[in-house]
Amino acid sequence: MLRMEETSRLDAGEDRLRNLLLRGLAGDEPAYHVFLRELSAHLRAFLRRRLVRLPDEVEDLVQESLLAIHNQRHTYDAAQPLTAWIHAIAKYKLVDLLRRRAKRELLTDPLDDEFDLATAADGAAADARRDLAKLLEQLPQRQRLPIVHMKLEGLSVAETARLTGMSESAVKVGVHRGLKALAAMIRGEA
Amino acid sequence: MLATGSGAVQPNPAARRYATALAGGALGAALLMAVLLGPRHDFAVAVRLPMFWIKLAFVASFAAASLLAALRLSRPGLKLAWVPGALAAPVLAIWLLAAAVLVRAEAPQRAVLFFGETWNSCPFLIAMLSAPAFVAVIWAMQGLAPTRLRLAGAAAGLLAGAVGTLVYSFHCPELAPPFIGFWYLLGMLIPTGVGALLGPRLLRW
Repeated sequence: MLRMEETSRLDAGEDRLRNLLLRGLAGDEPAYHVFLRELSAHLRAFLRRRLVRLPDEVEDLVQESLLAIHNQRHTYDAAQPLTAWIHAIAKYKLVDLLRRRAKRELLTDPLDDEFDLATAADGAAADARRDLAKLLEQLPQRQRLPIVHMKLEGLSVAETARLTGMSESAVKVGVHRGLKALAAMIRGEA
Repeated sequence: MLATGSGAVQPNPAARRYATALAGGALGAALLMAVLLGPRHDFAVAVRLPMFWIKLAFVASFAAASLLAALRLSRPGLKLAWVPGALAAPVLAIWLLAAAVLVRAEAPQRAVLFFGETWNSCPFLIAMLSAPAFVAVIWAMQGLAPTRLRLAGAAAGLLAGAVGTLVYSFHCPELAPPFIGFWYLLGMLIPTGVGALLGPRLLRW
């Protein structure tokens, strides 16, 4: 029963997408626009499931598949299930990518295997960002805003002053005291 | 944005592309045959023999089946389904006929039926005559989107081979089913092999 509901929902999605494409192929530009937008969400989900180990490649591949589908839209046969056509193109691009990577990895030393740089660094950076955001929330606004603008966003003292409405010396003092307070919090004194 | 100015797309470009390719390929093969080989000299007699038409029907149905295979492999997401069966059917038919002919023949006649007089040139002449169609069909496929490149290349080669053979049958003096069922098939398999080898390189997109 659940399965039946799921397939009928998929069918509805397929019908809708197919209608949009057929209208697009007949020259209806807005419909084609909507088709491409919904298609990119569909492709992202499809490729993410198949590229679990290479999450950084998903977005590039979505764009590449989208472009391929656009360029090959004349090969869609209206009698054919749309998802079969879309998935065949996306899979072709996926295999192409994996083959290219395999060739490249034969020529280079795999950095990932030795240091596991990409994943570890990604995770660590996300953790640090979350911790920092938590600590910053505890600072008063006159210290937090200067730190956010100057240290995280990289603005100058003058720009920060203009943005926050504080004087330049107040900005400098805020950064100084804020960093001291953060350091104290990290050491566990506060 | 991709959608901007995309405009309407002409329906069914595959059929038109293949029609152009096959016309060009057949014309090229016919020219090659006329210049290099010439039609068989007893052509007027041959067209009255049933075996001439059986041979032509074999090659034509094989060409039709390989056209279906090539068309299906030119589009993403289409399965071959029953097409391999359609390819096998004419081959099985000619083999059955060949077996029947060989069984009924006297022992010394069998080698003659199999080798004919031209076995050592037939496959190569077929391969040569299929060259124009090979280029044309690969061109047709390049404008579409094959996703299984080796198989698509092989289908392109098979179709080109069948077109070349169709033209060759107007020159070839052989009519014995054992000869047709082996040497013609071998001739068609040469461009098929070339297509399978070159497909991944020629058909990438």
